[in-house]
Amino acid sequence: MSPAPAPLASFARRHLLGIAGLSRAEITALLDMAETAIEVSRQVEKKKTVLRGRTLINLFFEASTRTQSSFEIAGKRLGADVMNMSVGGSSVKKGETLLDTAITLNAMHPDILVVRHHAAGAAELLAQKVGCSVVNAGDGAHEHPTQALLDALTIRRRKGRIEGLIVAICGDVLHSRVARSNIIALTALGATVRVVGPSTLMPARVERLGVEAHTAMATGLRDADIVMMLRLQRERMDGSFVPSVREYFRFFGLDERKLAYAKPDALVMHPGPINRGVEIDSAIADGPQSLIREQVEMGVATRMAVLEALAAQLKND
Amino acid sequence: MTDRDPPRPLVLQNVRVVDPARQLDAMGAVAVADGVIRHAGPGDFAAPDGAEIVDGRGEIVGPGVIDMCVFIGEPGAEHRETLGSAARSAAAGGVTAIVTMPDTEPAIDDAALVDFIARRARDRAPVHIYPAAALTKGLEGREIAEFGLLREAGAVAFTDGRRTVMNALVMRRALGYARDFDALIMHHAADQNLAGAGVMNEGETATRLGLPGIPREAETMILDRDIRLAALTGGRYHAAQISCAASLDAIRKAKADGLRVTCGVSINHLTLNENDIGPYRTFFKLSPPLRHEDDRLAMVAGVADGTIDVIVSSHDPQDVDTKRHPFAEAADGAVGVETLLPVALRLVHNGDVDYVRLFRALSTRPAELLGIPGGTLAPGSPADLVMIDPHAPWVLDPDALHSRSKNTPFDGAKIEGRVLRTVVAGRTVYEYGRDDPR
Repeated sequence: MSPAPAPLASFARRHLLGIAGLSRAEITALLDMAETAIEVSRQVEKKKTVLRGRTLINLFFEASTRTQSSFEIAGKRLGADVMNMSVGGSSVKKGETLLDTAITLNAMHPDILVVRHHAAGAAELLAQKVGCSVVNAGDGAHEHPTQALLDALTIRRRKGRIEGLIVAICGDVLHSRVARSNIIALTALGATVRVVGPSTLMPARVERLGVEAHTAMATGLRDADIVMMLRLQRERMDGSFVPSVREYFRFFGLDERKLAYAKPDALVMHPGPINRGVEIDSAIADGPQSLIREQVEMGVATRMAVLEALAAQLKND
Repeated sequence: MTDRDPPRPLVLQNVRVVDPARQLDAMGAVAVADGVIRHAGPGDFAAPDGAEIVDGRGEIVGPGVIDMCVFIGEPGAEHRETLGSAARSAAAGGVTAIVTMPDTEPAIDDAALVDFIARRARDRAPVHIYPAAALTKGLEGREIAEFGLLREAGAVAFTDGRRTVMNALVMRRALGYARDFDALIMHHAADQNLAGAGVMNEGETATRLGLPGIPREAETMILDRDIRLAALTGGRYHAAQISCAASLDAIRKAKADGLRVTCGVSINHLTLNENDIGPYRTFFKLSPPLRHEDDRLAMVAGVADGTIDVIVSSHDPQDVDTKRHPFAEAADGAVGVETLLPVALRLVHNGDVDYVRLFRALSTRPAELLGIPGGTLAPGSPADLVMIDPHAPWVLDPDALHSRSKNTPFDGAKIEGRVLRTVVAGRTVYEYGRDDPR
C-alpha cells in the first residue's frame, strides 16, 4: 500500500453559507489559513495571485461599510477583480426580486458572490440558483460565518486556545446572526458559551444550541474569559423589546462594574459598529481589554482565508 | 357541472364498499342510475338497463371526498387557479365537492359574488363547488357580512379565510347572528398580534434558522376565546385548521361541555412537521405553520378518536412570484386538493385509522357540518363517489398535477394509493390514465 496522500485542503466546499454543518477540522483549517494571511497583510507588498483573473462581486442588500470593505480588500489582496453592488436602493424599489438579481449577475460570470441580505436563507437561495461560489456575509438573523471565524481567530491568537474558555455573548441574541454563528463555531471548538440578555431578546429554546442562557450580567459574566457584546438596533429600544436606552444600558450595557464580574484578564469584543453608551461604555470599548480594533484586522485575514479556500474549488474551464 | 347527455348508468362490481354513514365496510357492488345511488354494499340488486359494468377487482369505493377548505384564484388571480382548474384537480384526487374560500379579489362578501361563483362553477366545474362567504365585509374583521342574503345565494359557511377576526366583540356578534340562520362560522384561529412577524413554528428549528417564530399560543388563545364566545352565543363554530396538541385539548373539552364546536386539520399537519422546512423550503411555509412532531402525532390521534371532525387540503395555489423568495418573504400555502386522499391513506397504512374513520373525516362529517348532500353511499343519495386502489405505489411529479400551481410539499414523495375513478352525480369525471396530462 502506498502511503496516504497528505490532505490538501481540509476545507473543500463550494460555498460558505454558515458555520452550521462545518466540522471542527474545517473551522480549524480556515483559522490556520487566516494566520498565514495575517502575514501577507502585514507586508509592504500585500499581493497574492490565487484569485488573479477571477471576479468577485460584493452583493450587499443591506449597507455595511465594514464587512463590504473587508471583503473588498481581501479579494484585492488575492488578486481578484472586485465589484461592489449595493442593491439597497434602486433595484429592490423597482420590484426586482433577489432571484432576478441573481440571474442577472450570473450572466456576468462571477467566480465568487459575497452576499449580505436582510432575509434568513437568502444566501442559501442564491447558492441554489447561481453557478458560482457563494459566501454568506450575513443573512437576516441566521448566520454571519466570516464574523464567527474572525472572532474565533482573534480569541485564539490572544488566549492561545479556545477549548475550555468561557465566552459570554451579551445583548440582542434574538436578532443576531453574529450570535448564532459564534455559538456554533465556539461550541464546536470546545468553548463554554453563555448567552446573556433580557428574555425579550432571547430566541426560543436557545439552550438547545448548546449554550447556557442568563438574564443577568452578574451571573452571565461570572469568570468569563471573553465578553462579546452585540449591537442593539435603536428601533428595538423604544418599548418594543426593551423599554428604553437608559434602562437597557443600566442592566445590560457593559461598563467597568459589570466587566468586573468576568475574569481579571477577560477580553471584550464587539462585531461593530458600536453604539457607545447603549450596549458598551466608551471607556471599555477603547480600553486595554478591548479587542475591537484587532477584530477588524482579523476580518481581512479571515476573508482572505475563506476566499482562498473557495478558490481551490473553483472550476478551471 | 357540465350538463351534456344524462350519464350512462354505472355498476362497480366486486368492490369493497366503505360508507361511514352506515358503518359499512364490506365486499359488494355499487349501482348508479340517474345520478343517484341505487345500491351500495353486499347483497343482490338489479343492474340498471344499459349500465357500464366495471370489475372493481376488490378495490375500495367510498363516498366522494368533500374538501372544506380550498383557496381559489378566481376572481382576481386566475393565473394561479381558476374554478375550473381547481375542480379538475379535485376530480383527479377523488374530491367530488369543494368549499371555496372567500379570499379572492374581490372578496366574496356579497350575494352577487356568491352567485357568480355558483354560476361559474355550474358552467365549468366537473365537481360540486360550494362557496363559503366572508364572515366580515371585505374580510376586514370589522362589520359582519349579510349572512342571511349570502346564505340564500348559496353560501354554505362564513369565514374570513386566511384572516382572523381579532375583535372579540365582532366575533361575538357574528356567532350570535349566525345562530339565527343556523349558519356555520369557520375561523382561522391565529392571534395576529402574538404571531407578530413570525413565519414558522416557534422553537429550536426557528431559532437555528434565524426565523421569527409563531408560538402555539397564537392559535390556542383565539381558539379559547372563540369557544367561550360559542358558549355565550350558542353559535355553530368550526376551527378551520388546528395545528397543535393544546388546541386539541380545547376542542375536546368544548365538545364534552356540549358546545356546537368542531374542527378540522389539514393533511399537511397530519403528515409533515417543521423539520421538513429544511434549508428554507418555502413550499412548506404554511399557515398555521407546520409544528413539532409531537403536535403532528397529536393531530393523528385527534383524527383517530374523532376529536378532529374533518381533514382538509387547505389547497392554496401559489406561484413563482409568491414562493421563490427568501422564506420570510414567501407566501404561505400549498396546493393539495389532488393529493389529499392519496396522502391521507398514509394514516390507514400506518394503522392509525381504518377506512371508515378516514372517509368519515374526509366526506361524511363535512357533509353533516355543511348541511349539503353527499358524504354517504346510502341508496337514494347523490352518486358522488370515488374508487381507489389503496396500495398502488407512485411518486408525485408536480408537473402531473391538474392544478395551475405546482407548490406541493409532496414533490417527489412516495405515495401508496391512487384514485382510479371519480364519479359526480353519476358521471365519471375522472378516470386514471384517461384524464391525466400524460
